[in-house]
Parts: sequence; C-alpha cells; structure tokens
Amino acid sequence: MRDLSFGSYFPAISFVHKMDARAKILIAVAYMVAVFLVTAFHFLGFGACLLFVLIATIAAKVPFKLVLKSIKTIIFFVVFSAVLQLFFNKSGTVVFWVITDVGLLNAGFIIARIILIVLGASLLTLTTSPVELADGIEGILYPLKWIKFPVHEFALIMSIALRFIPTLIDETDRIIKAQKARGADFESGNIFKRAKALIPVLIPLLISSFRRADELADAMDSRCYAGSKNRTKYKKMHFTLRDLLGVILVAGLIVGIVFLNNFYLLSELATIAGAL
Amino acid sequence: MSLLEVKNVSFSYEKNKTTIKGVSFSVEKGEFVAIIGHNGSGKSTLAKLLNGLLKPSGGEIIVGGYSSKDKSALFEIRKRVGMVFQNPDNQLIASIVEDDIAFGPENLGIPREEIGERIDFALRSVGMEKFRKASPERLSGGQKQRIAIAGVLALKPHILVLDESTAMLDPQGRKEIAEVVDDLRKQGVAVIAITHYMDEAVKADKILVLDRGEIAISGTPKEVFSQKERLGELGLELPLAGIIAEKLCARGVNVGGVVSETELTEALWKLL
Ligand SMILES: Nc1ncnc2c1ncn2[C@@H]1O[C@H](COP(=O)(O)OP(=O)(O)OP(=O)(O)O)[C@@H](O)[C@H]1O
Ligand SMILES: [Mg+2]
Repeated sequence: MRDLSFGSYFPAISFVHKMDARAKILIAVAYMVAVFLVTAFHFLGFGACLLFVLIATIAAKVPFKLVLKSIKTIIFFVVFSAVLQLFFNKSGTVVFWVITDVGLLNAGFIIARIILIVLGASLLTLTTSPVELADGIEGILYPLKWIKFPVHEFALIMSIALRFIPTLIDETDRIIKAQKARGADFESGNIFKRAKALIPVLIPLLISSFRRADELADAMDSRCYAGSKNRTKYKKMHFTLRDLLGVILVAGLIVGIVFLNNFYLLSELATIAGAL
Repeated sequence: MSLLEVKNVSFSYEKNKTTIKGVSFSVEKGEFVAIIGHNGSGKSTLAKLLNGLLKPSGGEIIVGGYSSKDKSALFEIRKRVGMVFQNPDNQLIASIVEDDIAFGPENLGIPREEIGERIDFALRSVGMEKFRKASPERLSGGQKQRIAIAGVLALKPHILVLDESTAMLDPQGRKEIAEVVDDLRKQGVAVIAITHYMDEAVKADKILVLDRGEIAISGTPKEVFSQKERLGELGLELPLAGIIAEKLCARGVNVGGVVSETELTEALWKLL
C-alpha cells in the first residue's frame, strides 16, 4: 500500500519537473478538458491525448510503470462505469445478450476517457511536489483574494492533507494488522460484511487523526505560524519558455480536437447538403 | 539576566483543578535542564507554557525581557523558545525537507536569500546537509526528529524545549539527538529536555522533578539522584550507573554517591 502511486511525488530533475507549478496545473486542466471534448473521431482524438501524455512522461523522466500504476488504483471505478454502459445502454443493435454495439463502443470510450484523465492527473502529481502544487493553486486562485476567499489557508490545508496521505496509509496498515491479530476478518463475507469489518479500522484512524491534528497545530504555532500576513515565500515561481511550450502544446491539442469535432459536423452538413 | 525566568507560574485546564502549581525556575545561556516526573505530572503542560502555547493563569514567564503577560510579545517569545515534540510525523508540515525547514522563517517574514542561509545553518546543526531535497517519509525516526529540530533551529531560538523528543526513537536515534543537543549547547543554546530516561537526565546541569504540577526536587543530578527514597515515592528510579553503584556499594565496593556513567568509571578507576 505504501507505494500507492496516485498522488505521490517522483523526485527527478527534468523538463516537466522544472516547469512552473501554476502552468502545469493549468495545462493539466486544459488537457482534461481536451479529453472531454473528444466527441467525434474518437480514435484520433484519444490517440492525440495519449500522445500528449506520452510526450509529457518522456519529458518528465518518469518511468512508464509508475504512471501506469495509477490506473491500478482506479480499476474498480473503470470497470464499474464500463459495466454500466454495457448493460444499460439500449441504443444500437444487440450483439450479444443485452449488450449492444453502441454500448460496447461507449464502454470503450468511457474506459479511454477515465484512463487518460487519471494518467494526466497522476503525471501532474508525480512531477509536482505537494508544496509546489499547493503554491501553484495558491498562485492561480490569488485573484480570489479580492472576494475575501482565504486563498493561503486553502492552499496550506491542501498541502498538509497531501503530506499526511502516506502517514495515514501507514497508520491504516498498522491498525488493520492490529485488528487482524485480534481476530478481525476483512476478507470473507459479502460486501456489506466487509464494509462493516472496516468500522473498527476507521474509528481508531479518525481518533488518531484528531490527535495528530492537535499536535500539528501546536508544532505550527511553535514555529510562529500566524496566517498569511507578513509571510514570505522561500520558493518563487517563474513562468519560463518551458511553460510557454507546454501551453502551446496543450492549446494545439484542444484546437485539434475542436477541429475534429467540427470537421465531423462539417462533413455531416456536406452529406445533408449532398442528399438535398 | 537569565534567558528564561519562570516566576511562580500556575495553570489549570479546568476550573478548581490546578495542573501546574507555583512553579519557579530559571534557565541560563547554554544550560541543559532536564525535567522528569511520572505520567500526568504536568511536564508537557509546563513545556507548553514556556513558549506561550498555553497562558499561565497565575505568575509570569519572562523570556529575553518579554513577559507572558504581554499579549503582543507572544511572537518574540516563540521565536526564542523553540519546541520539539514527541512524534516527528506530526511536526513536519511539508513533503520536502527544505520546504519544511523554511516554514518557520517564512512565518517570520524573512527575505528569501536569508531563508536559504538559515536552512543551510539548521541542516548543518543537525548534520543532515545531504537530505535537503529528500522527502521526510523515507527517513529513519532519528533523522526525522533531527529535521524537526532543524525546523525549529531555523528560527534561531535561544532555548530549545524537547518534550520527550527521544521517546519514539531507538538507541541509535537517541544517540543522534544527544549529539545534536551537545553541539547546540556549545553554541550557547539552552536546552530543556523532558524525558523518562534517567540516563539522559543525568547529563543535565540541573534537574527539575515534577510531581502533581509542583517542583518536588530540583538541583544537580547528584543532588537529585542521591534522594533515592524520595524519588521512589515519586515513581522514579535512578539512572543505570546509579543503580550499579548502589549494588556495588551493597557488596562493599566504595563507590557511594555516584550517579553518572563518567563518575562511575572514574570512581572504579580510582579503586583499581
Ligand atoms: N488538553 C487538556 N485538557 C484537560 N486536561 C489536560 C489536557 N492535557 C493534559 N491534561 C491533564 O493535565 C495533567 C498533566 O498532563 P501533562 O500532559 O502535562 O503530563 P505529562 O507529565 O506530560 O505526562 P506524560 O509523561 O504522560 O507525557 C494530566 O492530569 C492530564 O490529564
Ligand atoms: Mg507529556
């Protein structure tokens, strides 16, 4: 469980690692928008998205295996959404039992969409440390200060949450082992039984989290924390040519996909015109 | 003037139940003070009073001329009195060592270049220069705790309070922290260590024994550990060297009054 890949940072010195966190977050969001925009010529569109991730992965010097690992953590979700499509999509012609060709195709699209999005998200967290991520979000949300949104606090909460993920995973592991030693059974029974078996894990976890939060607050106070007022930042973010290149690439991706979508519309219009 | 003066301080979490009662002591530059006492005797509460995490309900604490009564002096006090707690996992706020150490100086509004220097200084002080870009997750307990200490040292405190900071560490980790403490004292930083290990306490210049929120005994390790019966009543025992010396005495070897390891070796050498 320790090497849970989704949401953990892979330290390296690379083109992508050196990019401005704000740019990376915006590019990642734009990329996800691109994935959702694919509504025609799916293979070409998804292929372009996949190519984008591949280029980014190579430029980030992150092992492919690590990026792929992120899929493992959401495999249940992927299968679930695909199955929904398979069994409940009634349009198209039946190919097998209740499964239609459209359902089959849609299931494939959904799988592709989720996987592509997770790949992008995990690449972002693999190449951006939680602190940079939080700083980046703080930078992006900075304008919200005008409407009194607590930007700094929000970013700090996030970076602390990310910092504690591995700690809490370790702790969960430990509690599960402790409960197993007392005879708890997590493996047998139906899904409800198993969910119920998790209660003796979640309650100690919750209590210990409160204790941790208390201690963390004391430690932060001791280090003179007093909100964002008069605070300086050790790491400053710079928007460089690298970031510009990234932005251009993702802009190209979006433009390409929009073009494909409209190309479809245009050709449809052309066929309608031809039929008339 | 002492670095820290605690004057007749009292504190209670709840009404009509005082947790700290009329505690007074002072700490000088470079001094090493150990605070011992059974569970629930109020050691952690006292520690939290020292840097303003809690506010005394009676009495006063003076740090470098700033009083705990003065609300606007809270930051000046916290800057001077650094606190390290038991569990390093709950003190590190960032996922990269240098970012964590920068947290304190950032809070003080120190310019970026100087923060870099302070990180260098703090990491050097705890002998962890090589781990600047590391992730604390992958460090040993002793190393994590050294990073936690570095995070506090980056504020350049005059006094370092360690609340059972070695309790979760193995002997190796404890040794690492003891070395850091020795180094700091040479630089003039005073250290107040709360501990359950008598072998740690015996190295102090001064020991305070806390019992139900009051100072029951205070003095040099020799003075404190010579009161074996009284310590027993307070639920405490002697350091290992003291226990050995006592057993040797019972067998007729003349090493009476010895409490620390160095004293014991010296006394034994003399006898040879
Ligand atoms: N937040 C709190 N609210 C109420 N009572 C508290 C609180 N924290 C501690 N106490 C009580 O104050 C007393 C002193 O606690 P404190 O933690 O200072 O003892 P300690 O000497 O540090 O003990 P230990 O050796 O177990 O760390 C105890 O009786 C404890 O129950
Ligand atoms: Mg305590």
